[in-house]
Amino acid sequence: MTTPVRPYAGTPVRDLLEVDALTVHFTRRTGLFGSHREIVQAVNGVTLAVGRQETLGLVGESGCGKTTLARAVLRLVDKTSGTARFDGQDLFALAPAELRRMRRRLQIVFQDPYASLNPRMTIGAAIREGLTIHKLAEGAAADRRVRELLEEVGLSADAAHGYPHEFSGGQRQRAGIARALAVEPELLVCDEPVSALDVSVQAQVLNLLMDLQARRGLSYLFISHDLAVVRHVAPRVAVMYLGRIVEEGPAEALYARPRHPYTQALLSAVPVPDPVTQRPRIVLPGDPPSPVNPPPGCPFHPRCQHSAKDQTCMSVRPELEERAPGLRAACHKG
Amino acid sequence: MSGPDATPGGPLLEIADLRVTFATGDGVARAVDGVDLVVEAGETVGLVGESGCGKSVTALAVLRLVEHPGHIAHGSRVRFEGRDLLALADRDIRAVRGNHLALIFQEPATALNPVLTIGSQIAEVIRTHQHGSRAEAKRRALEMLRAVGIPDAERRADGYAHQLSGGMRQRVLIAIALACRPHLVIADEPTTALDVTIQAEILELLDGLQRQMGMAVLLITHNLGLVAERTRRVYVMYAGQIVEEAGTEALFAAPLHPYTQGLMAAVPRLDQLRERLAAIPGQVPPATAWPGGCRFHPRCPFAFDRCNAEMPPLLPSGDGRKARCWLVEDEAYRGTGVPAHRDQQGEGGGAP
Repeated sequence: MTTPVRPYAGTPVRDLLEVDALTVHFTRRTGLFGSHREIVQAVNGVTLAVGRQETLGLVGESGCGKTTLARAVLRLVDKTSGTARFDGQDLFALAPAELRRMRRRLQIVFQDPYASLNPRMTIGAAIREGLTIHKLAEGAAADRRVRELLEEVGLSADAAHGYPHEFSGGQRQRAGIARALAVEPELLVCDEPVSALDVSVQAQVLNLLMDLQARRGLSYLFISHDLAVVRHVAPRVAVMYLGRIVEEGPAEALYARPRHPYTQALLSAVPVPDPVTQRPRIVLPGDPPSPVNPPPGCPFHPRCQHSAKDQTCMSVRPELEERAPGLRAACHKG
Repeated sequence: MSGPDATPGGPLLEIADLRVTFATGDGVARAVDGVDLVVEAGETVGLVGESGCGKSVTALAVLRLVEHPGHIAHGSRVRFEGRDLLALADRDIRAVRGNHLALIFQEPATALNPVLTIGSQIAEVIRTHQHGSRAEAKRRALEMLRAVGIPDAERRADGYAHQLSGGMRQRVLIAIALACRPHLVIADEPTTALDVTIQAEILELLDGLQRQMGMAVLLITHNLGLVAERTRRVYVMYAGQIVEEAGTEALFAAPLHPYTQGLMAAVPRLDQLRERLAAIPGQVPPATAWPGGCRFHPRCPFAFDRCNAEMPPLLPSGDGRKARCWLVEDEAYRGTGVPAHRDQQGEGGGAP
């Protein structure tokens, strides 16, 4: 008999990452000499959770706030309001020393591995840095650990002596992953990790991420604009538009029958590599509105193609509501 | 030198044995190495491949825009509307570019002039090629801005590129490309920098304009979905060469070249949930050091002795398709995409 063990009855098992009503606004100076100030509402009341050994896919187009959300979770930008907890601890209440310790458990993989690899540092030195900072290994033990990590991500141990520019994009991304893994994190925030890679290499890196998850029990917050990639890696998906989650739920249900008109349009816009079965397409008019000046009511209403769109959509902002088991959407008409 | 339209009935664009080399610190890069490609009037043809395969250099070579240290080799031929573009004087090639033959680039952010108004950039193209009056060019520029769906065209025409979103800039580039009603548009990753909903909008627009104007499009992309959706015929490029040529439906129903097969198996898809993606092992070799024999053989699951020793030509498969693979001679492979059992010295046998 193997039933999951719970601490004691009545206490739910906590998710590893819990984001609750998180809001991040920036002040941006514009105009000549920065005389004019405007507030960018990058993230607006986002609530989401990533369970242990789970992958949550976060999908959205450029400017929707997905990267700002990730940066706030990693405490790389300040929040305006709301909370984010990691393993029950409030990330925004951590003292500097606690934050450093926390960063070991929470790592990021960027789209461009150049962002995490110093061009003047060998791959080996870059991986070793984390081991040293967090006092995980030193001397010969650290060298051995670097070699093991390189092999774990499918690079040869010799790669330790090379510089980032000597490697292809796919190899650099593997090195970036090895660097993140060096400190034995529990959660990896993957921000467009395969977007810069060619199709054939992208598949290698996606397979690697999935293997690592199975082997190490990692949790992923997987951010991407590519719905097909997200479908492949994430059993649960959240869709973001103009700073808000507009739909969230099990990937299978969400992809089979999206409830929010934005998710519907997004899915219909993805070209399918099959010339025989082409699907009807919902073409959205115009560009997404600016997060400086989000529209009143439903943030999607100016581009929404729903036939029942009415006055309510333009004046009242819809909340996320359950539409199917585990699937929530923020639409008055969905 | 023959005049324009000297060969009615010939293809609109015919590229034959195109070779482009770049002198680099690591030796000579053979970026495009013997490409043959045909586009007929009015049709949409795909040229698909991964970065570094030579697809963009092919486009630049057609328009003679390859810059130093790049060099189009002697013996390369590019015929457009019966004229040999590679033999034209500089002044004459300028008259072709942007007129009957236009290019849409990937980067809407850098392709527009930041200090000229949108309207004047379109009008300039029209005046360069069609010698109308200033007022006439301005009127046509506004007409084009409306045709590509720019709202409030009069006001936008007096604005600058930085005032536009990425999607709007790409519309302006399309307006410029189509201003002289070209017979062929080469679109090099026209939507790669754009979000997927904007991409859909731009492609619908391009489709509509193509139907109206009857132009041909050579769509260069890495995106198999776009190829499936938008083209009738496809060329697949790998390591500077065309490795497969087929009708789009036939290609997707049963890709013939092992590289095309690998590419299709590697793409995550919305319409199929795959447990594990079939990644192609290794990576594309650098253009300064293409492998000997078949250039794909180090990554190919089916490679045998001959692949290492001898470069295959584009072999016809008998149904109008061609692939640069010795296995095309294998009847069982042609039928199933899996080679027949071969002994260790196998020469792609498999004939009964």
